[in-house]
Amino acid sequence: MDILPIFSTLRRHKITALLLVLEIALTCAIVCNAVFLISQRLQRTEMASGVAEHELLQVQVANIGKPANGKSRAQEDLALLRQVPGVTAAALVNQVPFTNSSSNTSIKLDPAQKLPTLNATMYMGEGLIASFGARLVAGRDFTADEYLDYDDMRSNPELQNKVGSVVITQALGERLWPGQSALGRNIYMGDTSVRVIGVVQSLIRPSLFMGDDAAQWTMVFPLRLSAASASRYVLRTAPDQRQQVLSEAAKVLRKADPHRIVLKKDTLDDIRGAFFQNDRAMAGILVGVIAALLIVTALGIVGLASFWVAQRRRTIGVRRALGATRRNILNYFQTENFLLATIGIVLGMVLAYGINLFLMTRYELPRLPGMYFPMGAIALWLIGQLAVLGPALRAAAVPPVVATRSV
Amino acid sequence: MLAYYLELALRSLKRSPGLTALMVLAIGFGVAASMTTWSVFRAVSGDPIPWKSSQLFVPQIDAWGPKGHRGGDDNEPQDAMNYTDAMALMRDHRAKRQSAMYQISPSVVPAQAGKHPLNVGGHAVYSEFFPMLDAPFLYGSGWDAQDDAQRAAVVVISSKLNEKLFGAVNSVGKTVNIEGKDYRVVGVLDNWNPQPRFYDVVNTGGFSEQVEDVFIPFERAIAVGIPNDGNTNCSETPKESGFVGLQQSSCIWIAYMAELEDAAAVTAYRQYLDGYARAQQTAGRFTWAPNNKLRDLPAFLDHEQVVPSDTKVSLLVALGLLLVCLVNTVGLLLAKFLRRSGEIGVRRALGAPRKAIYLQFLTEAGVVGLTGGVLGLLLTGVGVASVGMVLPKSISDLARLDLSLLVVTLVVAVLATLLAGLYPTFRASRVQPAWQLKSN
Repeated sequence: MDILPIFSTLRRHKITALLLVLEIALTCAIVCNAVFLISQRLQRTEMASGVAEHELLQVQVANIGKPANGKSRAQEDLALLRQVPGVTAAALVNQVPFTNSSSNTSIKLDPAQKLPTLNATMYMGEGLIASFGARLVAGRDFTADEYLDYDDMRSNPELQNKVGSVVITQALGERLWPGQSALGRNIYMGDTSVRVIGVVQSLIRPSLFMGDDAAQWTMVFPLRLSAASASRYVLRTAPDQRQQVLSEAAKVLRKADPHRIVLKKDTLDDIRGAFFQNDRAMAGILVGVIAALLIVTALGIVGLASFWVAQRRRTIGVRRALGATRRNILNYFQTENFLLATIGIVLGMVLAYGINLFLMTRYELPRLPGMYFPMGAIALWLIGQLAVLGPALRAAAVPPVVATRSV
Repeated sequence: MLAYYLELALRSLKRSPGLTALMVLAIGFGVAASMTTWSVFRAVSGDPIPWKSSQLFVPQIDAWGPKGHRGGDDNEPQDAMNYTDAMALMRDHRAKRQSAMYQISPSVVPAQAGKHPLNVGGHAVYSEFFPMLDAPFLYGSGWDAQDDAQRAAVVVISSKLNEKLFGAVNSVGKTVNIEGKDYRVVGVLDNWNPQPRFYDVVNTGGFSEQVEDVFIPFERAIAVGIPNDGNTNCSETPKESGFVGLQQSSCIWIAYMAELEDAAAVTAYRQYLDGYARAQQTAGRFTWAPNNKLRDLPAFLDHEQVVPSDTKVSLLVALGLLLVCLVNTVGLLLAKFLRRSGEIGVRRALGAPRKAIYLQFLTEAGVVGLTGGVLGLLLTGVGVASVGMVLPKSISDLARLDLSLLVVTLVVAVLATLLAGLYPTFRASRVQPAWQLKSN
């Protein structure tokens, strides 16, 4: 393969060649970063929740005025909900994964500590762990007699010391006591302390306002909620019965107390979908932009290559007349494109790295993994070769007789 | 002469329809993508109250001290207030107008039997809230300072709630049942739904689909115990339980806004805040030096990062696309113009000055730009219409196709192409007539 003649030709078309290189470089840089952004977003939407997502439903109610007897109201509601055909578990809880409402607290490992260790979320509700389907990996779930009434505790802060136990996630245990078992250890909140009696594999905190790294910093407390202090009923059922159970449950709750409004009734799958809508939107927009970019670049290559072929018709004719085969001509244009693409890709890599550095400092994005560079290179080489194929075939079809014609 | 160049341009473009289509498509795509994302960006980064935002201020008082900060060098005071400080500021009344506010979500029971109760959103505010924010009234007006002091059962409702409850008639003087108590309607707002929800960014995160349906006097809401529906953040557990306990705690849940007319008023207010914090320090309530902030509204919105960084990144990506399209167009125009060296040689030999060549080729570039712009307009229309499919409703609703966007799209397309055409035209005008004529 003769590369030198290609270089000498390109030197005569410096500007056009440069433009093509620049276009490929920009495309390469943007595509590398955009694909990385997309993968980041999609990865985020896959975040594990630790609950039986396809089986869970949430019905949220709002009372008109304070319910007269919140405790009995809640027990009655739960009893009615458990009778709805298809319901396997029901619980009244303070918060649900993938919603933007959560209770959080700062915790310490030592009461004498000046600054808190971290901020974790607090789940509560009788039978929450079993109803959510969170998987215990160590210790045990709460026993029935461990539960305290949340309302009593609110009106009598003394009772806070009686809570005593907590179930945490594996991730939180690992963060607090790296490499050691969390069971039996104490966590301090203000003046009270609780002992870890169980560890669940995973249970995501409802809103990720502390960032994704803190997504699994979760504690579950043995507190029983009342209709006055909580509004979210969580039901578990078979995936194919969800819609039916949902409308039936709303009906039951409305009937049991007409002085309330059913605010929301959703499957957890829908709640999760809405929670990550932004991420999917961003990924969608970026996919569109990448497609547009690649198309425009391909069109640009087609345009310039066609122009060059038209301009060099006579030269091609002469080469053919002097014995070059069609394949030689085809290879010539393919090699030319490959060379330009390679220069563009090298520049593009540098640029991609620069853009990533900028995004890292401005928008707190992570570093671009090395694997994106070869992927971007291969994509642009492929597109370059595909785009140049048409014009190159046209060039190969130029008959040698052109050389003998004047203009 | 221009008409002649226009004709020449059209003829030349018609001669190579493929290349022309490529250029038009590239410009159209690039412009449409950047304009669509720009419309979203403009919608979310716009000033919600441009005529007044420089006079609206959000005071921040550090009521938690160093232990409440995020650690490190972060010395930022909390972005909302606790009840004690908010009430002290309201009592002192040092700004021209001011209001403490918190988010509520009460139930409204329609008067007609058989209608379901509604759960509505709104805010508990002071009387100066309405004139301070220039809230537009359809009927009636806000309440006055006396109603504030007397904790009067009055309410300002949205036109939407008015329609739902009273059927779009002037309902001033009628009563609405909120949380089981009757409130007299004093005003009906006229379609007021500012985005971002600048008066309470802390609770809405900036954008909210929900229209605010009711506004009731702050102290009334406190007196009847309508709880806070917004965020509550605590540095320590409240000593007492419930809503009353919240009011006595250092937990922050109240948004605050003050109107300060000029630089002197701002300085005075700053001094007042520092004086207040110092007095708290002397009294032993704060054990740290005064640490206050007084940002104007644009600065506060920026601080709260109301504009999602997603939109910024997608704007950057779209601008990158536009750049690639421009480079592409430069290349294609260059290819096209250089092909016509012969024609240029003849024109130059016949006496055309360089200026004429410039004019001719820029006209041609302009035609491409204009066509690309029209295509870009159509695509922008499609783009803006379809952002709703990918973006959350609260944001996509704000992105609109308006006259200014249309004009900007066209201007960007034409300018971009002219810019792209400059170098190729320069090259074309440098063609040596004698050389070209000879080689033919």
